[in-house]
Amino acid sequence: MEIKALTIQSALAGLRTKQFTAVDVVGACLTNVKKFNEDYQALLAVVDEDVLMAQAKDIDATDYSLPLSGIPIVLKDLFTSDGIRTTAGSKVLEQYVPVFDATVVAKLKAAGAIIIGKANQDAWGHGSSGENSDYTPTKNPYDPSRVPGGSSSGSAAAVALGMCLAATGTDTGSSVRLPAAFCNLVGLKPTYGRVSRYGIIAMASSFDTIGHITKTVYDNALICEITAGKDAYDATTSEIPVPQYTNKLDIKLQGVKIGLPKEYFGLHGMDPRVSDVTRTAIKKLEDLGARIVDVSLPHTSVAMACYYILVPSEVSSNLARFDGVRFGNGRETFGMEAKRRMMIGTYALSSGYYDAYYKTAAQIRTLIKKDFDDVFGAVDVLVAPSSPTLPFAIGQKSNDPVAMYLSDIFMCPVNIAGVPAVNVPCGFVGDLPVGMQIIGPQFGEERIYQIASIYEKETQWYKKTPKI
Amino acid sequence: MVQEDPKNMNYEPIIGIEIHVELGTLSKMFCGCPADHFGKEPNTQTCPVCLGLPGALPVPNKKAVEWTMLLGLALGCTINKESKFDRKHYFYPDLPKGYQISQYDAPLVRDGVLKLKVKSHLPANTTHQALQAGKLKVEEEKSIRIRRVHLEEDTGKLQHAVIDGKRVSLVDFNRSGVPLVEIVTEPDFRSTEEVDMFAKKLQQIVRYLGISGADMEKGSMRIEPSISLRKSEILNPKSETNSKFKIQNSKLPDYRVEIKNINSFKFARNAITYEIERQTEMLEHGDTPTQQTRGYVEAKGVTVPQREKEEAHDYRYFPEPDIPPMRFAQEQIAKSKEQIGEMPDEKKERFIKEYGLSEYDATILTEDRLSAEYFEDAVKCQKSKARPPARQVKSQEVSSKTIANWIINKKVDRASVTPTQLLDQIIIAAQSVFVSGDELESIVTQVLDGNPKAAREYKNGKEPALMFLVGQAMRLAKGKSTAEDLRKKIIELISK
Repeated sequence: MEIKALTIQSALAGLRTKQFTAVDVVGACLTNVKKFNEDYQALLAVVDEDVLMAQAKDIDATDYSLPLSGIPIVLKDLFTSDGIRTTAGSKVLEQYVPVFDATVVAKLKAAGAIIIGKANQDAWGHGSSGENSDYTPTKNPYDPSRVPGGSSSGSAAAVALGMCLAATGTDTGSSVRLPAAFCNLVGLKPTYGRVSRYGIIAMASSFDTIGHITKTVYDNALICEITAGKDAYDATTSEIPVPQYTNKLDIKLQGVKIGLPKEYFGLHGMDPRVSDVTRTAIKKLEDLGARIVDVSLPHTSVAMACYYILVPSEVSSNLARFDGVRFGNGRETFGMEAKRRMMIGTYALSSGYYDAYYKTAAQIRTLIKKDFDDVFGAVDVLVAPSSPTLPFAIGQKSNDPVAMYLSDIFMCPVNIAGVPAVNVPCGFVGDLPVGMQIIGPQFGEERIYQIASIYEKETQWYKKTPKI
Repeated sequence: MVQEDPKNMNYEPIIGIEIHVELGTLSKMFCGCPADHFGKEPNTQTCPVCLGLPGALPVPNKKAVEWTMLLGLALGCTINKESKFDRKHYFYPDLPKGYQISQYDAPLVRDGVLKLKVKSHLPANTTHQALQAGKLKVEEEKSIRIRRVHLEEDTGKLQHAVIDGKRVSLVDFNRSGVPLVEIVTEPDFRSTEEVDMFAKKLQQIVRYLGISGADMEKGSMRIEPSISLRKSEILNPKSETNSKFKIQNSKLPDYRVEIKNINSFKFARNAITYEIERQTEMLEHGDTPTQQTRGYVEAKGVTVPQREKEEAHDYRYFPEPDIPPMRFAQEQIAKSKEQIGEMPDEKKERFIKEYGLSEYDATILTEDRLSAEYFEDAVKCQKSKARPPARQVKSQEVSSKTIANWIINKKVDRASVTPTQLLDQIIIAAQSVFVSGDELESIVTQVLDGNPKAAREYKNGKEPALMFLVGQAMRLAKGKSTAEDLRKKIIELISK
């Protein structure tokens, strides 16, 4: 069977109508792992085949009534998984095997999912290309000379390569949406506080959101229904009830107001081919009945500066526990990017500098949040390109951290504001995918899924799988 | 210009303290592990949260927050309507996250006053005659300002051991994450005694509130005094307090010496006394003590340097992103206020007024809440008509004062004697004593006068003579006194 083209929705249908078994599905995924992992470096750990097959057999003995019965899933390596090595993509945790499951992992398991393995990533989530992995960088399934986007690089590649039907990711500044965009997939960055962070190795705690990557909007909404919700172990999760997103995907676009942030469209350095593809997609939304209006997010120009003060500050704090006393390897094993962020963050929090850096950035954050609040008073959602460029060549930006940081220019402000956004495939330039972001107000996942779903039904870009 | 000779100067101690109290909540500050760690097998009360495992998150203990507010209100402080937790970063092997969750610029509680009764500050020109004539008040009220009360987590504990001939340090994380309240005063203390009084009073209040055992030996209460000296115009800096006027107008010294983690009242007194002497000596030699952190060495009774100012940490505080900020409604604060109940000083005043007790008795009875409650229960029993009279015990009026005397003097075991039983005991005892002290004395005098020979024999060491005299007295008393009371009185009068 061909996993690359299989969605969770069709897999569940096939299992429930006895067209194939969970053993078939898991077996096919493992075949792809064996076939592609060495070349593409999508996974850092694969669960023992016997264990996986036993789990699949157990599921095959049921009537597949759980929401994810027998669905193979890969976890980003920041997700703590009981008994499965969890490295965060870093050599510091090379030998770390957790003793508990992250809340999201426990929820996925309880929903019947089968955890295939752990995905490669930029170490600690620091990066936009996957090249900051302390292991070997992941390659883009659509063009192995290019990056798959990061930091959830292995997660996106694993889905595109058919090693699983979905993969989890974290999004602190782009890390789910960018790899989804670069690998022609649907990637959700939920509202901050919508999905529990418990058991996910923290990058920047007030920015981290727990998302996932799938082929279709339906699949994505299905997983969100399972992972989202209040968690007694995460004080920042919200009590707001989680809607059944999958039951509400069919709406009409008539009367829906879509805002285009003008600061995101006239950007210097934007690849005109990406602009064109995005414009075409927006035209499509308009044809489907949406009203397109220009809006402004006036503090966009200072968003990256704000982000790169606050995030490293929290990074420096969150990495303090890896002090060499526990978890195996010492501090000298940290990679360059982690060291860079620790030093920037430590500096920004130091006495005498705190007011000029951290405090000022925190004030700017409030202004950026207000930008989004204001704009969502006027429109239902925002649409913007996911990346200013196509997937870039491996090595192209790795010696220029600032150029690398600017890959996330359309995405970081969303994390600063805490609002949800989803990447949907919106076309190709040659064989390289282009993604578009649909950004919603706080806890507006339902609305962004609806719009993404209508667009996806009309365009079906997800059907164009990598030529491998 | 007259040069000041340091040897002729007097130095006045300026002391502020920080007190840490571990709260007696069931669970730890940010996880569900039991908070009672004392004497437990190492690392048996831990979880991913208090071990600081990657991905674990803190969820604040509501009770600990409420109790901190209670303590703040009991100390007459203001509750901050908006408060938050912050991360305080430093490296130490017993701190598993590399930072401690504490509170920085928005503590739960701020600005309060605790009043002490201290020896009066006497004017510099006080004469001995004036003191001896009792014209000056010897005791006066002194206010110690409380700067803040905040909530944080305790750290793990290091144990240094030798295993297989190797010196190793082991970490026990049972204490990691236990809720810890820190009370910080202004530098308002001027003597060791004041610090001692304050610490004991704070311990009493904490115990009254029932929020901690505040047991110094178990480490659930720790004191950290900061001491410096400044030039003074008053005669004897060690025992005298300064006037308000001076506090406001004199500049504080530009250094202070902090003594870390003292775990007994006695050690605190000794450490402060030692430090005052050490600094006085330095100043008298024309040296200025440096800003330092010192430790108290119990065995030697001295303080030793641990860290200089230059080595001070930059804690890089910033708001704890894992815990949303806290907001408290006025009604919530008012509700907490109702929960405080009567504090020791109020209770003492009421006991004096309501029951006519002496200040001494009232102080002893209100030392802890349980004995005060026991006393009041007994008084209530006495007043209650519903009290079923014990067999053989005729109901009889017993004064509150008598009840207080019994509790204080007979050291009543509250666990085994109910207040009702106590009343019965008092009544039985009262009924068995029929003769007054004067009557007893006249009976014994009669016996001794009537039996001079026996009296002489007893005086010369013949023990049986005493038995004879007691027998004679019993006959005269006609059962209105006990043999024991008569025996005591005979011995007393003979030996006069």
